Order: sequence, then C-alpha cells, then structure tokens
Amino acid sequence: MTSIATLEIDALSIALPRGGDRTDAVSSVSLAIEPGRTLCVVGESGSGKSVMATSVMGLLPRELRVSAGQIRLEGESLLEASRARLRSLRGKAMGMVFQEPMTALNPVMRCGDQIDELLRTHGSESATERLRAIREVLERVHLSEPERIFRSYPHQLSGGQRQRIVIAMAVILKPALLICDEPTTALDVTTQKEILSLIAELRRDQGSAVLFITHDMGVVADIADDVMVMHQGRCVEQGPRDQILRTPSAEYTRMLLAAVPGMTPPAPRVRTPAAVRLHARSVGKTYLSRDWMGRRQETAALKDASLALEAGETVGIVGESGSGKSTFARCLIRLIDPSEGDIHWGSDEVARRSERDLRPLRHRVQMVFQDPNRSLNPRRTVGGAIVEGAVNFGLSRADAQALAERLISQVRLPPQSLARYPGQFSGGQRQRIAIARALACRPEVLVADEAVSALDVSVQAQILDLLRDIQAELGLGLLFITHDLRVAAQLCDRVIVMQRGRIVEQGATQALYASPHHPYTRHLLASAPAGLDHGR
Amino acid sequence: MNTFERLWANGAFRYGATVLALVLVMGVLAPFLGTVDPAVMDYNNINRAAGHTGSFTLVDGSQVAHAFWLGTDNFGRDLYSRVVYGARVSLLVALCTAFLALLAGGAVGMLAGYFRSADLVLMRLMDGLMAIPAILLAIALVAALGASITTVVVAIAIPEIPRVSRLVRSLVLTLREEPFVEAARALATPAPVILLRHILPNALAPLLVQGTFVAASAVLLEAILSFLGLGLPAEIPTWGNIMAEGRTQFSQYPGNVLYPALFLVPTVLALNLLGDGLRDVLDPKFSKR
Repeated sequence: MTSIATLEIDALSIALPRGGDRTDAVSSVSLAIEPGRTLCVVGESGSGKSVMATSVMGLLPRELRVSAGQIRLEGESLLEASRARLRSLRGKAMGMVFQEPMTALNPVMRCGDQIDELLRTHGSESATERLRAIREVLERVHLSEPERIFRSYPHQLSGGQRQRIVIAMAVILKPALLICDEPTTALDVTTQKEILSLIAELRRDQGSAVLFITHDMGVVADIADDVMVMHQGRCVEQGPRDQILRTPSAEYTRMLLAAVPGMTPPAPRVRTPAAVRLHARSVGKTYLSRDWMGRRQETAALKDASLALEAGETVGIVGESGSGKSTFARCLIRLIDPSEGDIHWGSDEVARRSERDLRPLRHRVQMVFQDPNRSLNPRRTVGGAIVEGAVNFGLSRADAQALAERLISQVRLPPQSLARYPGQFSGGQRQRIAIARALACRPEVLVADEAVSALDVSVQAQILDLLRDIQAELGLGLLFITHDLRVAAQLCDRVIVMQRGRIVEQGATQALYASPHHPYTRHLLASAPAGLDHGR
Repeated sequence: MNTFERLWANGAFRYGATVLALVLVMGVLAPFLGTVDPAVMDYNNINRAAGHTGSFTLVDGSQVAHAFWLGTDNFGRDLYSRVVYGARVSLLVALCTAFLALLAGGAVGMLAGYFRSADLVLMRLMDGLMAIPAILLAIALVAALGASITTVVVAIAIPEIPRVSRLVRSLVLTLREEPFVEAARALATPAPVILLRHILPNALAPLLVQGTFVAASAVLLEAILSFLGLGLPAEIPTWGNIMAEGRTQFSQYPGNVLYPALFLVPTVLALNLLGDGLRDVLDPKFSKR
C-alpha cells in the first residue's frame, strides 16, 4: 500500500507513576492506520489501550507521561505540538467518542448549542452556516426529529441518541482520525448494532481512519479491518482481522478468543424434574409519582411476570436496559416490594410479608450483584462479610468461621483471604467472595443480577464455570439475569425474554435461539455482535 | 502508604495537628509552665507591662517571685497564666461540642436517612431548629440554666445538630442504596446492625471532617459568648472573657485583648486546616488535587 498513514504510533512508551503494578502503562507499542480503515485495539481492563488513545488526543492525566516514542497524525508529530496546536487539532483533525455518552455531554447545555460551541471554537462561519452544518450532521448520524434534538438537553435523550450526538460532535469537522473508546459498552445490543454501523458508514463516507478501542471480540468481528491485541501494556499480536480471529498466533489471543461465549447454545442437559424452589405468579411493580399539578402518574416497571424455578435448574432472564429484568429479580428476592402478584420461596408465600417476618426465610434466596466493587462493604474483612449471613441464621461464630474457610476454598481463593479487605482483590476475585457470601446462608436459589457483566471476558468465563460447578454440587436453582445473549446461551436451561416490563417469550434455550417466535426476540438475536463460534 | 502517612504528607493537616498538639500540651501542662493561679488578684501588680519581673501575692498571702511575660490586667491578674489556662477551656468546649453535635446530629441523620417514615418528622424538626438564631438560643439557655461549661457546650452544640444531621442523612441516603447494604438486607441483617456495621463506618470520614469544623466554630462561639458576658463565669479564665475584660482599657493596654487573640486565631485556623487536610485525604473526590 502506498498511501501515507493517517495515524502512526512508533514505539510509544508511557510511564506509570512509581508504586504501580508495572513500570509502563504502555510499553513500545507501534501501529499505523491508513485513511478509510479501522484498527481495533482489544484488551482486558488494565491493558493500557485507553491510555494509548488518550495520549493521541494529548489528554493524558498529569501522573502519566510519554517516556519514549512518537505519535504522528498525517505526518505531524503530536508529542512535539504546542498546547494551542493540539487544541486546534482536536475536533478538526481528530475526533473522539467516549464510552459514557451522559458524562461526555454537558448536562446544562442544549445539544444544539454544544455542537455550535465546537464550530465556533474552530471556525468563523456565520451563524446560519453553522446552523445548516449542525442540521446536516444530525441527519448524517440518523437522528430522527433533528429539530427537537437540537433543542433538547442531554437527559431528555436516550443513551443511543446521546451517543449519536457525541459522534456528531466528533465527525462534524470531518476529522481525518476518529478515536472511539469503548463507544458501545454502555449501550444495549440493538443500539450497539446501530452505532457500529453508523461509525462504519461515516468512515466510508469521509474516508477517516478509525482507532477503535474495545474489550469485546464480537464487536471486533463486526467492525475491524485490522486488529491489535494488547496485554499488560504490550502489543501481543497485530494483523488483519480474519488472521487474528481465525488463526491467532499468540497464546494470549487464543485464550481471549476461547473465553468469548458463543451464540450457539450447547446441547441441553438431561435433568429430571425437581421441586420448585422459587415460584412467582403475575408479579407487577408500579411506581407512583406526582406531576407538578399533583396528579398521580403511574409507571409500570413490571407487568404480569410469572416464573417457576426448580432445584438444579438455570433460568436466564434477558432483555435490554429498562426491560424490567432487574426489577423482577429484586421483587423476587424482596429487596423491593411488588405491587401485585404472589411470590413463593419453597412453600412460603413472601410477596406481602413484612421485613421482620421475612428475615427467617431470607437464607433460601440469595443474590450476587453486578458490580463487585460496590457489593462488598469496603470497611469489613472478607471473612466478616461471609460470616455475617451464617451468624444471622443461627450458626455460632466458630462454626461460621469454619464454614467461611470451606467456602473460600470452594470459590478457589486462598484461606488467608478471609483476613483481608475487599479493596485488596481484583474484580473477579471480589465476585468470588460475593458468591461465597451468598452460599454461606445455604440458599436454595441463587439470583445473579448481571453478575459477570462488569468482568473481563477471561474472568467472566472462570466465574461462569464456578457457578456451574457450585450448582452441580449443591443442586441450587440459579436465576441468571443478563443483557448478554451469548452468556445466557452458554449457561441457561431456559431463557425468558423481557421487553418494556413484560415477558414476551420464554422457552428452552436451544429451541428459543433456533426459532424465536416474537419479533423482539428475533431483533435481539440479530443484533448480538457477530458470533465467534468456535465449537466449544 | 497507610492513612496516617498520607495524612502527614498533607501540609494543612500537618500544620493543624502540630498547632493543636502544642495548644493541647500547653493546656494540660498549664500548672508547670511557670504560671500562677489565674484567678488571684494582686493589687500591687495592676496593669503591669509585658516582661515585668517581680513578686506575686498568692491567695494565702505568700509571695512568690514571678515573671509577668504578658503583663497583668486591671485587677492585677497574671495575663500569661490566664491565657495558658484559657486554652483548657477552649479545647474542652471544642471537643465536647463537636462530640455532642456529632452524636446527636449523627443519630438523627442516620434515622432520618434510613427510615423513610422518620425522615419527614425529624427533618422538619431540624428545619425548625435551624430557624432559631444561635446567639439568642445561647442567651436564653444561659439565662435559664446559669453560666457553666455544660450550658455553654449545649448552647453551642444545639444549632450545629441540624447541620450535622443533614450531612449524615444525605450520606445515608446514598449508602443505603449501595449493593453491599442490599446484600446485608438479603442476608437478613437487622436494620440497627446494618446502620452501625455497614453504613456508619462508611460515613465516618466525612463526619470526622465536619466534626473539626464544628470544633473550630465552637472555639469562636465560646469566645463570642464570653465576650458578650454570656459565657463562662468570670472566675474561669477563657480567651473570650479575658478579651471582654480587656476591652474597656483597649486604648491604653491593647495587650489584654491582643494576647488571647494571638492564641485564639491560630487555634481556630489549625482546626479548620486539620479539617481541610482530613477531607483532602479521606475523601477520594479531592485526593487527586
């Protein structure tokens, strides 16, 4: 290829402040992106991929500094550029799309004004010309009702619409380089699909080079021309997409690919019918609010949801954000009070019990939460956390301590962990601790609410294996709430699909994935990132 | 680095802690720092200049050689002794007020934040309390209960309670939604245990910071009350009533007002800086500055 690269990074190293877990956040990484091509940088958290992207923008936090190497944008060195020059390049020659569209926009400024501000900083066109350019870009990012969006504040828009605004701001000046840092991670799969095709379309039309940071191999398969795999700040492997995805040479890449759950469910397990441990009938949750006139407004978060979970069975609830799946789960373990319907834990009806009457039964149903950083009290030792439930249900201190020691080895952590604090553990380890804490009550049902969503894919695979093993050992009923259809496919016997607070379809996993009946299920399955089925 | 090392690396904390430690040592060791009984009036030594040396007549009539480092007031009391002993009262008032305000405000705030049913009643009560002017409340209390350290502490602490309770309530409102609190509920942990074991330890750092600011304003308020003649009885030396008594002769003997002020200002400043330092280190939002 003869064309000159838009972005060229040459042996870039970025030093971490002393006392970090390694000396360099990024160490001698080189890459080049030509116009009209997309380079995906994949890696797990802490691999240095985002640090590299921010160094291109010249937005490195003060603690970090480039220790060696070169970054060139269309031949111009960015590391030697003055602050003023960098400022004028940002937006004009390089645009950036961030992960969280809510925090990337100013909440007290109308979207139209925010885009206008960008144009005013960079150009001197007249107000009418700017207005025309904004209208044009809003159409280009396929926002319906551009007039309304122009006048809206960020909080009045959906996540997908906000991300489109951020993209509009990134591309309005037709930059030669578009940097996307996990732009779809915070979005639902259906929205993710749309945003990915939008980015691909803009790249085609404008001939921009795209530097795309992601942790999701499925997204890579969808959008990349070239792929670079990063691990611990180093480039592990680099090459065209198909080569990396089909014939990876590095061991780490192979591990990463193998850990990605496939879209095809495995053959169903043979299970004999067992006792129903958790049973819900027509559960609904309605939130009441009053508008400024004092009129009652009812918002139904959950309508007519029913479920029966047997011992030893795994049921998945899938759906996008706002589908009511978490509301359902929290009603089922009575963290919130359902407005209607019955819930049985074993043979006891619990939907209308008071907190006090509920307490003796609480051990039957336990929960593992999404965010392992927040689900453990940072000021209590791991041992304290695990012992708490067991002691509440009448075990003596000594017995509870012995139980905790057994459980901590069951979730494959060393026994010394009990004396330490949650802050000393990684996300995956903390999720293990949270599982041990739930098991300490000897539950019959374990509810996992997005329990692996915040974890890296290799860690995710380990936690899923752990859950499988524990279920087989203890015969637990497992209710698994997730937005990730791939995880649900691999783990669940049955899947329930929810949309806007209702159950729209349910069935045995294999049958449901093979022939979905409801149009929404079909849409959801079609939107999932390209499968990486590698015959597990 | 552990917490104390991080605190010590913070300049504001270091200054605040050092000055407060000095004032504390001064207060505790007051009898051994070359002082005489601060309440004794010796009319042979009225309005002595700073640095005068001579003899001082004690209550029992015996004479001791004494250096009047800061001079004497118009009753012939040794200013240096009064200022040094005054540190005791100031620190005692600061500590007791902060403790009382944190205890009461913390309890109210935790209950209001965790139990929705208690919220409305308790917080309206606190709003009502906030509407009463602090000085007027103090005047009323001193008039009703008589001037004593207890009265002064209570009078200063009461107006601080709503402020502390609002802070604690807002902390509890955020913390009660944390997954680890929900997990504790799912583990059947009773509400009082959740409050003490899971919520309070996580709210302690901001509470401690608020406590130092309460203490700083308590030192000032005690001085103001004593200055107005509403604080402690005149026979107990405090920085406030030394200044109040010196006020009448300010033009001839400015030292009677200035010397206690020279101790009061750094103490209040130290308390405030201690609070700033604690907040910078303990509150992750400020740790990057």
